[in-house]
Amino acid sequence: MRSDAQNARRPRAEHWVAPLAETPLQEVDAADTSTAPRSLWAEAGHSLIRNPVFVISALLILFVLFVAAFPQVFTGQDPRFGELGRANQAPGAEHPFGTSRQGYDIMARTFWGARTSVIIGFFAMIGSTLIGGTIGALAGYLGGWFDEVVSRITDIFFAVPLILGAIVVATRLGEMNLWTVILVLSVFGWTNIARIMRGAVISTKGQDYVTSSIALGASSPSVLLKHVIPNAIAPVIVTATVNLGVFIVAEATLSFLGVGLPTSAVSWGGDISDARDALRTQPSMLFYPSVALAVTVLSFIMLGDAVRDALDPKARKR
Amino acid sequence: MLWYIGRRLLQMIPVFLGSTLIVYLIAFYTSGDPILTLAGDKPISPAVADRLREQYNLDKPVLVQWLIYLGNVLTFDLGVGFNNRPIWDQIAAAFPTTFRLAVIAVIVETIFGVIAGVISGLRKGKLIDTTLLMLSLLLIATPTFVLGFLAQFVFGLQLGIAPINVGRDPSWQNLLLPGFVLGGVSFAYVLRLTRTSIAETAGADHVRTATAKGLSRGGVVSKHILRNSLIPVVTFIGADLGALMGGAIVTERVFNVPGIGTLLFSSINSGESPMIVSLVTLLVIIFLLSNLVVDLLYGVLDPRIRYAK
Repeated sequence: MRSDAQNARRPRAEHWVAPLAETPLQEVDAADTSTAPRSLWAEAGHSLIRNPVFVISALLILFVLFVAAFPQVFTGQDPRFGELGRANQAPGAEHPFGTSRQGYDIMARTFWGARTSVIIGFFAMIGSTLIGGTIGALAGYLGGWFDEVVSRITDIFFAVPLILGAIVVATRLGEMNLWTVILVLSVFGWTNIARIMRGAVISTKGQDYVTSSIALGASSPSVLLKHVIPNAIAPVIVTATVNLGVFIVAEATLSFLGVGLPTSAVSWGGDISDARDALRTQPSMLFYPSVALAVTVLSFIMLGDAVRDALDPKARKR
Repeated sequence: MLWYIGRRLLQMIPVFLGSTLIVYLIAFYTSGDPILTLAGDKPISPAVADRLREQYNLDKPVLVQWLIYLGNVLTFDLGVGFNNRPIWDQIAAAFPTTFRLAVIAVIVETIFGVIAGVISGLRKGKLIDTTLLMLSLLLIATPTFVLGFLAQFVFGLQLGIAPINVGRDPSWQNLLLPGFVLGGVSFAYVLRLTRTSIAETAGADHVRTATAKGLSRGGVVSKHILRNSLIPVVTFIGADLGALMGGAIVTERVFNVPGIGTLLFSSINSGESPMIVSLVTLLVIIFLLSNLVVDLLYGVLDPRIRYAK
């Protein structure tokens, strides 16, 4: 039994409420209403610019894009000018990266090669995202038998590895050019986008704002385009960024196998493949295009990683 | 469980038919005349060409050819290749080499990948974690054929501890270097997946409970963290077997390994459609079966997963 004096000093727990001024609660609970809440993208952008991985990869990508747009700034040599008289030279004053077996200036080939890789990577990424995004969005949104059929078709393409499918088609198309390579990579590279888009659309279409816009009488295409896709696109963008790097690798691999771009094209894959025979005598021939290729792919993969972390609210809190 | 396996096997049928049909159509519709390719530079008389066409069923419509082909596959008769050796024999001769190569690659990516991923995930943010992450990024960004040339240069030419060209009837030892190269990129992915998964699980309540009840660190990691983190990793490795077979084309070409990849590449170049389709069919079957095994492994790793009848 407590004495009255004790009760007077200490109020009974269930009735005791600390004065508002003494609690720190209002600071935590009060929402900042002076500015509008930031969207997912604004929030992501905010955390991205403070992420060193993002900054480094973005700068690298800007550099690669600049090289692809203006390779002549970095080298005065013509990448297509081969002279056997100057073949197999070690790096020196006139040719800082040396010359290849065909007497090409390797520095010029390395800088001009960026254009080929960037164009193929970019357009194959656009193509595969359009194919995969459309298929995945329709399958996820419409559901039912359409989803069943489309998902099985996706399985079929998923079961044929990108390189394998591309080789089979590429040999059949005969002489390849930039656009046929892009086409082949798009046709066999869309499945992961389709799967991700389908999953994201299915989880988005159950949201209340989608239900309410349907209830308000919005047509199906408008609900899909205005409400579902904008809210489901984030993971697709991340995968597409990484895919861009994957396509650059795939193009180089096709050129290495001899079924990609013709030998007349300026391509890192072809140059690396050519350097193979000089492995014993002049390994630097292999070094420069390989490093250029690896750095370009690395920067797109790092960018995808950084964007994924930024778009994932769970990862952001840490 | 048996019901589940049966249902999954039934679901594979349309995927199997579809992928073989696609490859079949590509191999036939877009091709030049394979008989002319076979003849090469030498002129071939129309009578001989017609006889060859009849022999290889090339005179019938594509869909009929495909159906004949499927019927033959179901009776394990893949026909005779353009070099007059039965296709089945050629595949059987090349398969063990590629199988060994794939085994080495899968061991590399699974064992080394998981171990490195566990180390990295448990020491997130430390020096070793950052080092391993950078290594994995470099491996992912380097195409397999560049990795192969680098390995040839370092281990073959500089150190002289591995043969550059593997050649006929390779031993396990000779296949070690190509196997590591083939598994290299996947090793990096397994490392990253394991790391993420381990770092997530390491903070879970059941792990804290296990530590609190006095289990040793090793016991906690192996029984409570690792087992719960392996599902995404196992999924990846299953799906990766298909990609490994694609990568085998590249690796086998870099190291001159006489396996399925080399066979596939030469048959693609000579336009030998029955061989191409047989090989792609084989690869698709391997891919589908490994995915089935992965789904069954889920139940072993996570007893909460039950298979619907």
